[in-house]
This record gives sequence, C-alpha cells and structure tokens, in this order.
Amino acid sequence: MRKKVIFRGALLPYLLLVPQMAVTLVFFFWPAGMAVWQSTLRQDAFGLRTEFVAFENFTDLFRDERYLGAVLNTAFFSAAVAGLALGAALFLAVQADKKIRGAGLYKTLLIWPYAVAPALAAVLWLFLFHPSIGLIGRGFTALGITWDYRVNGGQAMAMVILAAAWKQVSYNFIFFLAGLQSIPTSVLEAAAIDGARPMRRFWTVIFPLLSPTAFFLLVVNLVYAFFDTFGVIHALTQGGPGNATETLIYKVYVDGVQNLNLGSSAAQSVVLMVIVIALTAIQFRFIERRVHY
Amino acid sequence: MSATMDVEALAAASRRRRTRERILTHVALILGVCLFALPIWITLIGSTHEVDTIGRGDVPLLPGAEAVHNYATAWFRGGGSRNTFQVPASTMLFNSLMMALLIAVGKIAISFLSAFAVVFFAFPGRMIFFWMIFITLMLPVEVRIIPTFQVMTDLSLIDTMTGLTLPLIASATATLLFRQFFLTIPDEYVEAAKMDGAGPLRFLKDVVLPLSVTNLAALFVILFIYGWNQYLWPLLMVTDRSLETVIVGLTKMIGNGDAQNEWNVIMATAVLALLPPVGVVVFMQRWFIKGLTETEK
Amino acid sequence: MGDYAVMQRRTLLAGAATLGLAAPALAQAPVEIQFWHGLAQPLGGLLEQRVTAFNASQPRFKVVPTYRGSYPETMVAAIAAFRANSAPHIVQMFEVGTGTMMAAGRAIKPVHELLAETGVQIDFNDYLPGVRGYYSLADGRMMSMPFNSSTAIVWYNKDAFRRAGLDPDRFPTTYQALAEVLAKLKAGGSDVPMSTAWPTWAHVENFSAIHDIPLATKGNGFGGLDTEMRINNPVMLRHMQNLVDWQKAGLFRYGGRTNVGEPAFPKGECAILTTSSGFRARVQREAQFSWGVAMLPYYEGTPRAPLNSIIGGASFWAMTKGPAAGGGRTPDEYRGVAEFFRYISQPEVDAQWHMDTGYVPVRRASYAIARDRGFYRENPGADVPIEQLLRGGGQLTENSRGIRLGGFVEIRTIMEEEMERAFQGQQTAEQVLVNSTTRANQVLRNFERANRG
Repeated sequence: MRKKVIFRGALLPYLLLVPQMAVTLVFFFWPAGMAVWQSTLRQDAFGLRTEFVAFENFTDLFRDERYLGAVLNTAFFSAAVAGLALGAALFLAVQADKKIRGAGLYKTLLIWPYAVAPALAAVLWLFLFHPSIGLIGRGFTALGITWDYRVNGGQAMAMVILAAAWKQVSYNFIFFLAGLQSIPTSVLEAAAIDGARPMRRFWTVIFPLLSPTAFFLLVVNLVYAFFDTFGVIHALTQGGPGNATETLIYKVYVDGVQNLNLGSSAAQSVVLMVIVIALTAIQFRFIERRVHY
Repeated sequence: MSATMDVEALAAASRRRRTRERILTHVALILGVCLFALPIWITLIGSTHEVDTIGRGDVPLLPGAEAVHNYATAWFRGGGSRNTFQVPASTMLFNSLMMALLIAVGKIAISFLSAFAVVFFAFPGRMIFFWMIFITLMLPVEVRIIPTFQVMTDLSLIDTMTGLTLPLIASATATLLFRQFFLTIPDEYVEAAKMDGAGPLRFLKDVVLPLSVTNLAALFVILFIYGWNQYLWPLLMVTDRSLETVIVGLTKMIGNGDAQNEWNVIMATAVLALLPPVGVVVFMQRWFIKGLTETEK
Repeated sequence: MGDYAVMQRRTLLAGAATLGLAAPALAQAPVEIQFWHGLAQPLGGLLEQRVTAFNASQPRFKVVPTYRGSYPETMVAAIAAFRANSAPHIVQMFEVGTGTMMAAGRAIKPVHELLAETGVQIDFNDYLPGVRGYYSLADGRMMSMPFNSSTAIVWYNKDAFRRAGLDPDRFPTTYQALAEVLAKLKAGGSDVPMSTAWPTWAHVENFSAIHDIPLATKGNGFGGLDTEMRINNPVMLRHMQNLVDWQKAGLFRYGGRTNVGEPAFPKGECAILTTSSGFRARVQREAQFSWGVAMLPYYEGTPRAPLNSIIGGASFWAMTKGPAAGGGRTPDEYRGVAEFFRYISQPEVDAQWHMDTGYVPVRRASYAIARDRGFYRENPGADVPIEQLLRGGGQLTENSRGIRLGGFVEIRTIMEEEMERAFQGQQTAEQVLVNSTTRANQVLRNFERANRG
C-alpha cells in the first residue's frame, strides 16, 4: 500500500503535523499520563496536600463493594443494551432488506434516532415514563403497578436500558442493512433452491455471513454502553436509587466531581483505559479490518 | 385435470403466502417506525399544550393550541423547573451550534493536514507520529475526563468556548479515514503534479482537496452530530450559564423531574434541540451513511 | 459586556454624585468582589436584590453575584477555580460542605480572622446558637458567615386529618402517637399517610440531634478528623425499623433524595411530609387544602428528648485566590468582603430575608423584628421552625450543635443509598445502619488521611 512516489520535505511535513500533535499531546497524553500518576496519589480537594500511596487506590477500589456493584451493573446494563439494540436492529434490517414498496422511506424513518443525543433520548422517554406526567407511567399506575423509577431500582434499570438501547438501534440497523445488501444474490438463490425454510436459511446461510458485522457491532455497542450512556443515566436516575444504575463511568464522575476523591477517580479511569484497550485489541485480533497497517 | 388444478392451487397458495409475508413485513416495519416515533410524537404534542394539561398527566394524542406561546417562551426566555435560572433556548442552541461547528471543522482541518503529511511525505519519525495519533483512538474522552478537566483548569480554559471544543478535536478517527482515502489516490496523480512542477501544497489544494469533497461532507455530518450531542464534557466545563449547550441545559431544566416543571416549555426546547441533528441526518442521508460506515472501524 | 460597562459607569457616577468632594473616589473604580452562589430562582433573585442594595449603600465596593448551579455544582466550581488561581472572593456553601471547607487550610479565610484584620464588627452573640454552632470552631470562633438557614419540620394536610376523624389542630408530638395517626389516616382514605424529602437530614441528622444521640464520635466531628460514625444505636435503629415497617405497611412512602419528594404534599398525595421550613412559599402557592406545620416528633421515653433540631441551608465562605503563598488578595478586597458580611448581618436585612423567603432568621434581634411586625400572626406556624431550633432552652449539646464531618456529601449519599435498599426490601433496618457506618467510616478515614498535616 506504501506510496511509491512521495514528496520530499524537510520542514513542511512537520508543520502539517503540528496542529494535530499539539492537540493530541496537550489533551490526550498529558491527561492520560496525569490519570496514571494521580492514581498513585491521595490529595485533598483543594490540591494543597498530596501523598504518594502507590497502588493503594487500586487495592481499595477492588475491595470496595460499591465498585464491584458498579462492575456488575455495567456488565448487566451493557449486555442488555447491546442485546436489545442488536436484536431489534437485526430484525428490522432483515425486514427492510426485503423487496417491498416504500423500503427507502422505512429506512429514513428508522435511522433518525441516531442523531438524538443519549441524554436527550433519556428525556424523551422520561416524558413517557414519568410517574405523574407520563402516558405509560400513569398507565402502569392505573393498572395497579406501583411505578416510580426514582424509587424502584429494577424499574430505573429498565428505563435506562430502554432509553440507551432505543437510540443505538438505528446505528446497528444501518450496518446490518449494509451487511445484508452486500451478500451476493447468488448465495441467497442457492440457499433457496436447497429448499430450506426461511428461518433456517437465515440462521445457516445469512447470519454467518453477517457475523463479522455483528461482532464489530457488539464491540461498538459495548463501548457505547460503557461511555456514551453517561448522559442517559445522569439525566434519568443519577445512578440511583441506591446504586442500582451506577455504572463504571458514572462512578468516575461521582467520585471525581461530587465526592472530590481524585485519587480513586483516577484509579478508576486507569481501569477503564485498560478495559477499552483490551476491547480494541480483541477487535483488532478477530476482525478483518478495513484499515490496514 | 387434477394436475393442473394442483399447480394452480399451489401457485395461488404461494401467492397468498407471499402476500401474507409482505403484509407481515410491513406490519413489523411500521411497528418499528412507530416505536421509534412514539417518544418524539408525545414530546411534539406536549410542546403544543398548556403546562397544566401536562402537569395533570392528561397528555392528549393530538396537538393543542399553545404551540406559538410555548416555543416563543422557550426561545426567548427559557424555562424549566420553576426554580432555576433560565437560559433562553436561542442562547443554548447558538452555543451548541458553535460547539458542533468548531469541533467538526477543527477535527477535519487538523486531520486532513496530518493525514496528508503522513501519506505523501517521507520523513524521519513518520510512523512514530502516526502511532501517536492512532493510539488516541483507543481512549474516548470520557475515560480520562477528570484529568482532562484538571488540565483545562491549569490552562484557565474553564468556561470558554476554546475549552469546550479543543480537547474534543483530538481524535484519530478522521485522520485514519483521510489516510485510507489518500492511499487510494493513484500514484500517477502525484507524478503528474510533480512533472508540472507543482509543490506539495499546490498538489494538496488542486488535486487532493477536490477529490476529497465527498469524504469531507460525510465526515462533517458525522462530526457535527458528535459535537452537538456532547454531554459529559460540557457538563463539567461550563459553569457560566451563558455558555450552556442545549443538551445539558435541557436536563438541568428537568432537575429532579418535579411534576411542577414547565413541561410544555421543556418539551418545546427538546424539540428544538432535536431538529438540527435530525435534520442533518434526514436531509443529508447519503453522506450520513457514508460517513458513519467509513469513520467507524 | 456592554451592560456591565454601563453599570460600572453608573456606579461611578452615583459615587461621584453623592461624594461630590471626594475626588479620589471619582478616580477609583470600586473594588470588585466576586460572589458565587447556588440559589436557584426565585430565591437567587431575592439574594441578588440584597447584593444590589449593598452596592447601592456604599461606593467603595461592588459585589458581583453569579449563579453557579446547584450547591454541589457551586462547590465543585469554586474548588476548581481555586486550583486555577481564580477563586471567587465569596462562595455560598451548603451546610454539608462545611466540614470540607473547614479543613481547606489556606484556601479559605476564616471569618474571625477576616473581621480581626479588617476591624469590622459583627455581633455573633446575638445569633441563634444552632446557627452559630454549626459554622464555628469548637472554641466558638466563627469560620464562615451564616446566611440562609432552615430546619426540618412537619407539614400536614388538615383536610386529610379531618377526613380521618383526627383533630386538625393537634399534630402528635411523639412518634408513638404518630404511628396511630398514620394508621387512622390510612383508614381514613389517605393512600400515602406520610412521606419525606431530604431523608437523611430529617430522619437521621435532625433525628439524632433532637434525641441527643451522637451521629459520630468527637462531638459529631467537631473535636477532630479522627471521628467515627455512631448511627448504629438503639434509638436510631428503632426509628429506622419503624420507617421500614411503615413503608411495608403502606403508611410511609420513601420519596427520593434531596427535595424530590416535596411535590407530593402540595398535590395532596401525602398527608404528612417532613421537609425544610423553606418549603413554605411553595405550599402557600400550590396547596388547594388547609395545611399546618408542626415540630418533628420524638420518641417518648428517650432521656433528654426533645432537644433542638439542627439547621440546613448555606453559609458564605471567604476564599483566597489560589494555592500560591499569600492567597493573592489585597487588604481592600478583604475589607469589601467583611463589609458585605456586616451588611447582611444587620437584623433589619436578616428579618426581611426571613419574611421574604421562609428561611429562619439567624439572629434573635431579627426574630423580634418579625414578631413585632405581626408576621407570625399573619402567617401562623412560621415561627415553628425557630421555636424548634430553640427547643430545649437553646442549650446545645455535643449532639445537637451540628455536624462537622469531612466528605459529608458522600456520607449522606451513602446513607440514602442504604436506606433505599431497605425500602425496596433488599435489607433490614439494622443492615442500613451497619452498612452505612462501615462505608461512611471509610470516607472519614480517607478524608482524615488526605487532610492531615
């Protein structure tokens, strides 16, 4: 892939790189380094007293039940969001891929939620599920179900999952549809001649061909559920009730910003960095990527 | 005789099955579309009613008569929980727009230049630079949010538009996309340019830039939405409410979710906050899909 | 920016007009004092009116108020600004942040030091003991400037009482009697006999003070950072058990953290609500039924109960500019801060604030002014919170003086989380106290460690 013909320049290439390198150094390497360094320190809120504690922030973290609770919440939340968003998107993509009238219109009407910010998605669902103003919230109450996601942990979790997954369906839909459309018709015809029933045909022929897309989407959805859903949780439940909807990224925020415990917050950031790097590495390892190096 | 009947019956059955399948497909898709549209429909309807109608929980399914009043209130005065300082939606939308534009343009500009340098030049350290940029792909800003916030504190960039946008410009996705695209530009173009005596900057302006227009547009759409939808970063960076972005401002309006909130104005603001990015997706659909499928790994 | 310049010019002109002879005043712009507050509307606007009045009352200093979001947001913003060497001169800090600010070392300028250096006099002896105690050192020296203070009281729906055949003018004084009232309310058609806002403030912090039981050792933390939680005691357990049982029996409904639970009362959903005395304006505006207020009940048979309740609300802290040595403030700036504090301490100003907002007066003199004006005749029950703060003769004990715990914001959250688990039936009342103690002690140890030396 390497270019054979290339410009020679002593200064120019560096000049062209200066803006990006400056931004990357100042806003990426500096903070990332600081996170690592700070995870070994204890500091008061005002930054007036600092003590080096080596790995103590980490050992404290892994002994903290609340942190382990956040790990479990995150695992459950991410799995549910990814499962729901991928399942619904796959189903809709298969339908929209069929040769039917109005396919283009359906497509448009199914992709727009991608543009909705996660926090805004949460707000939209709040309008429906609010215990006293929401249509569905009041419906539950009318049915005799005590509905208040601000007090009931299970309901709170269900709501953040729903709002977070809703928005992500569009994204997955676009990729699944692209994946389906790239399957050669000859393959489909061959499968049809075999006489397999549509459901069976889907799982034995089509889905395996989609699996790279599905796997890629799984990783993207997990990363989305880990980080981008901060807004959903902040807007709806603030991690409560109890710690029922507190995820890892939410806890970084709470400990760093509200509890002013910078050492612990930095340690949590480092843990998250390790998780993301691991996820990215897995993705590299198992997926044939379009980007070649 | 009976054989023909069988064939006809089979054909009719198969036709019926296909029609049934087609109807089922439509039903499934329409259900999906409705499920997607339901919350926005309720919001849209709510934004045209009086505050008391919503406060009582009597949200009708058809529009009311208060649309002009609600949107005017949202636009000029702002609203929300009766006990917060109000920021007009016009101010917040302007801030969001500035933020989204600066991030989109900034990212595209610096990535375009750096990708150009990495692809079309041979110079010592080329791969080191590339990897330094590439590694940023792995860590979204949320992961290092608190230390980044502290860096901004040290640089006195809290409560500034620069602080709001600059750190989000550091990202590798755009650089990688441009690099991929530049690699597909045939070598002959470069040779031809060299033969014409054009320098690298001329080549950049006259050849690479025109070829990249579609990619630029696609990237712009994606990055605009990315910038518009930022939440955690502006939440931390902005305490001066005249710099509030609309997404953060909206959740602040809701506060505790008090039933006494001015829900009609909040809903109007939600609709206003939705329109720009949704409009971009709907009207620039082709570029949007191209941008999405190509920026993502 | 334009408005700001005009305002500044106007102030200058005003100064020049009134002090026709004082030429230097004309040449000098007033010293600007940055003031960050966390009071939302309409209270924030009322606060800013006081600031405007102060600015108009003298030409030398100009206090510039800025709303910085909720109390916690204001706190975070002020701390970040301090680290960036641009802290405001004055920051309004909620009472739970007191412990953190006290331990902030050179980030703050204690009020007693500020007054001594500038020679400005404020008579703190006239302040309500519960208010003064909360914001002073154990030896009585003031650390911050008390301002908007409230306390937790009972709000109840008299119509619901009537419907249940109860005397609407007599609210039970003990929890034993309250339990019977709750049952009658339920039988009388109230779906939610009782609920609460600020759950830990009303039912743990104030509860402990009223019953003269410690929340934490070392006099609730006044005696040092090496304090430990003591909420796991029989009186507290009895109450927590009751709340959990009542929740299960449908006599009580947990209403969420902070003031989330408040709307249920004016809407008529719950018959009894425990929350801040500052809730008054809203109840007056929204409640479509006759209502009353009462003091928080206590458990009969607890020695020394009932004592005074403790305050909530916020105080003003004078801050240095940043971590650099010397603090980066001029004597003139400190003088301006002190003058502003003196201005808001005047009984006349304080009494008006009390009558406008529903916060309690922080001085006895202001209480007298409001009484003389007939405020309590026109607003029956508006003196209940003050009387409750003075209950027990105004003699504070170690347990009723207030709370001085570092990381108290987090500790409150911990207690709320543990209570929420119990109300959802996931743990017992005793586990609430045990788990809260363990987790809160961890916070206290971390704070002690980060702030020693």
